[in-house]
Amino acid sequence: MRNSALKVEDYNSNIGTTVAPKDAKLSMAHIYIAFSAFLVGAIAGLLQGLVRGGMIELPNWLGYYQILTAHGVLLALVFTTYFIFAFLFAGMSRTHGAFSDRLRKLGWTGFTVLTIGTLLAAILIILNEASVLYTFYAPLTAHPLYYVGLTLFVVGSWISGATLLGHYFGWKKAHKGERTPLFGYMTVATIVLWIIACLGVAVLVLLQMIPWAFGLTDEINVLLSRTLFWYFGHPLVYFWLLPAYIAWYVSIPKIIGGKLFSDSLARMAFVLFLLFSIPVGFHHQLMESGISEMWKFIQTVLTFVVIVPSLMTAFSIFGTFEQTGRAKGGTGILYWLHKLPWKDVRFFAPFMGMIIFIPAGAGGIINASFQMNAVIHNTLWVVGHFHLTVGSTVLLTFFGISYWLIPHLTGRKFTPFLNRLGMVQTWLWAIGMFFMSGAMHLIGLLGAPRRTAYTTYQNHPDALVWFEGIFTNYVTIAIGGVILFVAAVMMFYNFIYMTWLAPKGDTEFPISEPAEDASETPKVFENWKLWIGIAIVLILFAYTIPIYDMIVNAPPGSPTFDFLIK
Amino acid sequence: MHLHRYEKIWLTFGIGSLVIFLTVLGVSAFAFGQQPPSHMAKVDPQNVRDAAPFDEPGLRQINETTYQANIIAMAFTYQPNKIEVPVGSTVRFHVTSSDVVHSFTIPNTNVNFMVTPGHINMAEHTFTEAGSYLVLCNEYCGTGHHYMQMTIEVVE
Repeated sequence: MRNSALKVEDYNSNIGTTVAPKDAKLSMAHIYIAFSAFLVGAIAGLLQGLVRGGMIELPNWLGYYQILTAHGVLLALVFTTYFIFAFLFAGMSRTHGAFSDRLRKLGWTGFTVLTIGTLLAAILIILNEASVLYTFYAPLTAHPLYYVGLTLFVVGSWISGATLLGHYFGWKKAHKGERTPLFGYMTVATIVLWIIACLGVAVLVLLQMIPWAFGLTDEINVLLSRTLFWYFGHPLVYFWLLPAYIAWYVSIPKIIGGKLFSDSLARMAFVLFLLFSIPVGFHHQLMESGISEMWKFIQTVLTFVVIVPSLMTAFSIFGTFEQTGRAKGGTGILYWLHKLPWKDVRFFAPFMGMIIFIPAGAGGIINASFQMNAVIHNTLWVVGHFHLTVGSTVLLTFFGISYWLIPHLTGRKFTPFLNRLGMVQTWLWAIGMFFMSGAMHLIGLLGAPRRTAYTTYQNHPDALVWFEGIFTNYVTIAIGGVILFVAAVMMFYNFIYMTWLAPKGDTEFPISEPAEDASETPKVFENWKLWIGIAIVLILFAYTIPIYDMIVNAPPGSPTFDFLIK
Repeated sequence: MHLHRYEKIWLTFGIGSLVIFLTVLGVSAFAFGQQPPSHMAKVDPQNVRDAAPFDEPGLRQINETTYQANIIAMAFTYQPNKIEVPVGSTVRFHVTSSDVVHSFTIPNTNVNFMVTPGHINMAEHTFTEAGSYLVLCNEYCGTGHHYMQMTIEVVE
């Protein structure tokens, strides 16, 4: 019986519902752009690692901060967003039926607007007119059209989001009184979170940065712009994380041949993410003046609350693992672990992501710890941190999703060959990340700054130690970066293989059956007006007074500084 | 809605730990004054040199062992870019920016804060060991960001 649910052949013969072909096309369009951005972003990352280690110098037509901007934008924004929409469109078609032609057209409109925005931003990065990094902090100033590109990106994502919401609520209308499929519920939580989060960046870009960059206003309120950015910037990380959690809750139980531990707890975790991921942006601004200690502390407390749904997720997922392992005959305290499909990349890649989330989450708690933030703020520690969270937990889960999502969409087989490639890819990614992120964390504690080109600070001894340690060395980061690049190229090949080369056939889109307790899930979870209402109240509580203060007691503003980036 | 007994134990343990963490942070902040740098004073970022204390950037002695250092951060240096104090001195750094966002960071100390234009930020540090201390900017501020540094010489 061991691992019986996992044999590739079993999977292929056990097809339930599929993604409608026309929806698959829309989903695949996102996948093409996601993986193209992934490859270019990975090349930029490799170059950064080698430059910082002092191993290569960039040609003079290519700036370090230019490739740093490209790396951040392409991987953190473009790859993630496109992959997420590919996954959600496909999943909603699989679990709620095909999109109507009208809605699908709206989905294509979202894709088009998103892509025009992406191309516009990409062109300006290539022209070195937008080397402001993906946080684009004022008063550094990019070409005005760069902000137009960002606006289109957000608008496109909203249109795509509206498509998903429309499909969900259409389903609900047609199935009055029924419990919505978990995939749809989680999609709605993710999209609502994204829309509320983007309000901050919409106000920032439309009301502050575009008029200022085009010269319609002379000055910008810098502190307000940073606050609006982080109002958006923190929930952004949950926009990356929640789709990974969807796969953990909805697809992984099926892949390991089990059932989700609890439906109501899964829904509750997503509601808590929606409520508590937004009113917490100040924990990114703990080290700056103009925000009082009290408001920083209040948002720090709210930041810690958002750890609770992650603890719940950890319990649910490992509960599912144990239940499944025991149902397959596993006994003892840990022996059931043997019953899990360790050799199946569709399980193993996300599982590696889950394991990495333990140190990643612990690091996050350190970062958010108020005065302790001074030790690590803007050091390489932070870069090490988010290469574990988004760069490992989220990405490894997305890779794990790819192994069934792409062949499912392209009508090809998930083959043992692909599985082996995937296993090697996962190990390489984890090993590369151990060296790169591990060294980043430790060098960060020694004071090495993030977002900084190669420098020895005129051979100052405090800076030279970053080049001299056995492990705490920029060279370790570069070695990790090279291993990661090899893993990234492998992943790109896997994408090519799954899209065009794998044998034709069927691969299942795994969706777990409802949990045992699903029928008892309280109705209140479906009351979106209530949750959105509470989210708004929390946001108003956390932000009204500090933002009022920033506007009313603002110092004179800042002019544009576009010459500093060229 | 049913919570499994183990989940109750797990969440109680988890939430309990978070409460302890937050209490430690809160007590050390509000009872012992270990607050993150959150200075509220403001300046006109386009005319920082017009008003005190940045009309005379540099070091000022306050009493026998305490100094105030008024420093302007700018792309891609600090003014002044070298100060010297005797070992055992406590230095209060008052820093603002005359252009974009910078930081004022002394590796291996807890002095590490953002310098946003329009605002003055500050931190205090007692230098108990002699030597040359590096100050660097760890917020990207333009093409020459990695050249932005100053030194603090702590002498016997």
